[in-house]
Amino acid sequence: MKSLLDWLDQRTGYRQITREALYENIPGGSRWRYVWGSTLTFALAVQFITGIFLWMAYSPSSQTAWESVYYIQDEMVGGWLLRGLHHYTAQVMTVLLVLHLMQVVIDGAYKAPREVNFWFGLVLLQLVLALSLTGYLLAWDQKGYWATKVATNIISIIPYIGPSLQKVIIGGADYGHHTLTRFFALHAGVLPGMIIALLAGHIYLFRRHGITAREPKRRPDAAFWPDQVLRDAIACLAVLAAVLFLIVRHRLFSSHGLLGADLAAPADPSEAYSAARPEWYFLFLFQFLKLKWFAGTREIWGAIIIPGLITGVAFLMPFIGRWKLGHRFNLGLLWMLIGGAGLLTYMALADDAKNPEYRLAVKQAEREAERVKVLARSPAGIQSSGIALLRADAFTKGPKLFAEKCALCHRYDGHDGTGKTPTDPQSASDLKGFASREWLTGLLDPEKVTSTNYFGATKFADGKMAKFVKKDVAHYAPEQREKLRKVIAALSAEAQLKSQIVFDHRDSALIEEGRTLLQTETGCTDCHEFQKKDEDATAPILAGYGSRKWLISFVTNPEHPSFYGRRNDRMAAFGDKGILKASEIGLIADWLRGYWYEPPQ
Amino acid sequence: MENMHAQNLPPQSDRRGFFKKTFATVIVAIIGLFPVASGLTVFFDPLRRKSSTTGAVRVTTLEALPIDGVPRKFPLVASRIDAWNTFTEVPIGAVYLRRTGEKTLQAFNASCPHAGCFVDYLPERGAFHCPCHESTFTADGKIDNPDSPAQRGLDDLKVEIRNSKEVWVEFRNFQAGHAEKIPMA
Repeated sequence: MKSLLDWLDQRTGYRQITREALYENIPGGSRWRYVWGSTLTFALAVQFITGIFLWMAYSPSSQTAWESVYYIQDEMVGGWLLRGLHHYTAQVMTVLLVLHLMQVVIDGAYKAPREVNFWFGLVLLQLVLALSLTGYLLAWDQKGYWATKVATNIISIIPYIGPSLQKVIIGGADYGHHTLTRFFALHAGVLPGMIIALLAGHIYLFRRHGITAREPKRRPDAAFWPDQVLRDAIACLAVLAAVLFLIVRHRLFSSHGLLGADLAAPADPSEAYSAARPEWYFLFLFQFLKLKWFAGTREIWGAIIIPGLITGVAFLMPFIGRWKLGHRFNLGLLWMLIGGAGLLTYMALADDAKNPEYRLAVKQAEREAERVKVLARSPAGIQSSGIALLRADAFTKGPKLFAEKCALCHRYDGHDGTGKTPTDPQSASDLKGFASREWLTGLLDPEKVTSTNYFGATKFADGKMAKFVKKDVAHYAPEQREKLRKVIAALSAEAQLKSQIVFDHRDSALIEEGRTLLQTETGCTDCHEFQKKDEDATAPILAGYGSRKWLISFVTNPEHPSFYGRRNDRMAAFGDKGILKASEIGLIADWLRGYWYEPPQ
Repeated sequence: MENMHAQNLPPQSDRRGFFKKTFATVIVAIIGLFPVASGLTVFFDPLRRKSSTTGAVRVTTLEALPIDGVPRKFPLVASRIDAWNTFTEVPIGAVYLRRTGEKTLQAFNASCPHAGCFVDYLPERGAFHCPCHESTFTADGKIDNPDSPAQRGLDDLKVEIRNSKEVWVEFRNFQAGHAEKIPMA
């Protein structure tokens, strides 16, 4: 064995390299404050390893990026862990970078002869931040899309070259395939390559000049191996533990909590995303730009000039540090920057915490992120691209269309379908549970029929139906009430609502009885058409009442003779007038009737 | 080991040395720059690309817009060329439409002219509000708050009524962050 190693050493000189690597002298012995550089190298190694494995499953294009990330996250064994490691190590790395920089400046490790190495470090810091910025887009979800849109739009304000620079960065005039291919090439190729080169230089220069010992030395000198290596290893283990905690933290407190990094709904330029925010470590810049000083034309100061000047001063720190008070100035600047960034981050978080619109937007974003994954896992799966899933989903799109088109007059459980209270007063019925037994019971309740939730705010408040309920039904004897209950069950069964399928099946005899009563004793067919053709009917047809077909026809044109005819109140012919497309009316009808994809339990 | 270093080799004549150095430098420059230049040519290709956004798109009908002039939001679904793909019927952006009269309309791109976030319309304030950097705009698209990060009002778009009720909008995106309205070309 020894002769074999001798042979290898003669040809490679590996023994000397190992010796130099392991037995570097540490003046004053090993210390915890020297671990930051090693933890960063470790974090970077984690990023390279996890990044390459992610690369093997990732596909950068506007049709496949979100889809492939979803597949890694939710379908591939251990995908959540791999992606979680990559995501949270990136976040921890920014913290470590700040700690490393603080240690270097506080210990004066930037002074001669280590100026060049300090600059290497500053460039590395910026390259790592560039990795974060490019990585944020790659999942091509709403979060990354809108944040990147803001970041690249800010680039366009650079005088003269800004717009062209933006075009080169996003790969054209619009965001799309080439934005992703470029960001991915930067993220996985150019930036890591530059980091490897600079890090090699950084470590080489660090070894050339040796560690900057903290005075006073507490103990005799020691070698790097094993004392400092042990401390470094423990620190790296702590970093890993912190990352693992971040990955599983939601699951620790809730059995349905998210594992790993989150993934928002697929990027959609036509869907508002009011929860758009950069990653938390860029929040200070985000908040900085919101300061009133940088309004309008002065924005370039906040976005480019001041950050540029601060970076410039940071590069000059080694020279400033030569003067007697220079080191103090550097320290002061560092603490001021860290304090300022901390304060701005706090302000950004506090602003959002007290902003109800933002909180609602975050909730909605979470709901859609959850929903799109459910749809992606449905038997139909992702056919063209993930973005199509939510657009064709009654559960997601139905309430939005309701809020935009119906909630000007109607309500859904008191709100506009999405949880917001519209500003216009309610002037038509509340459609939650429309055509259900409960809803119809309310309609036929003398107390409720002329409330705003039914006919109260419409011209039908004085109509025949309201009169019938208030005068006739109000004086029903108990056995008549029992019959009405059967009629309600029969009429509600026409709707074939998803929530009532079981009851409709169970009560089939009662429903049959109710059908007969509806056409005989109650007098419904005096005005309404039910099963027999009735030319004289003046009120909406009750055959198929509340069914998909009925609802779609009604919304398409409520003035149709089968419905209100000329007695129609204010409701527009949404379909016939082209206000809503047939597919959109279908989505609203499906949502109101409770029909949307639900995963098997 | 020492014999590997050049200082032990006999010196060459100055002239021959000069030519060799010159040629070597030129050749290294050529072989180095050639792949870089061919890469950069392709890299800068996007500068030649125009926005694929196509002419006027039918967005909705006149009936969908309330008489009182309150803006309504509409997704814009159109065909779009994304590098090697031509997509039909994909969302390319969103517009706000409002009536300014019986038969007159105003259309705005829903992107904030400051940094491109999607602006909300807040009916209770009767104003547009950007959820990112808090620019606000009046219902007719003008800058509302004096300390607005945005340097111009919402970008209005060409809108016309065809066949007496169809609303068609010529959708475009504009360079964010500038005081002037420059189309993304």
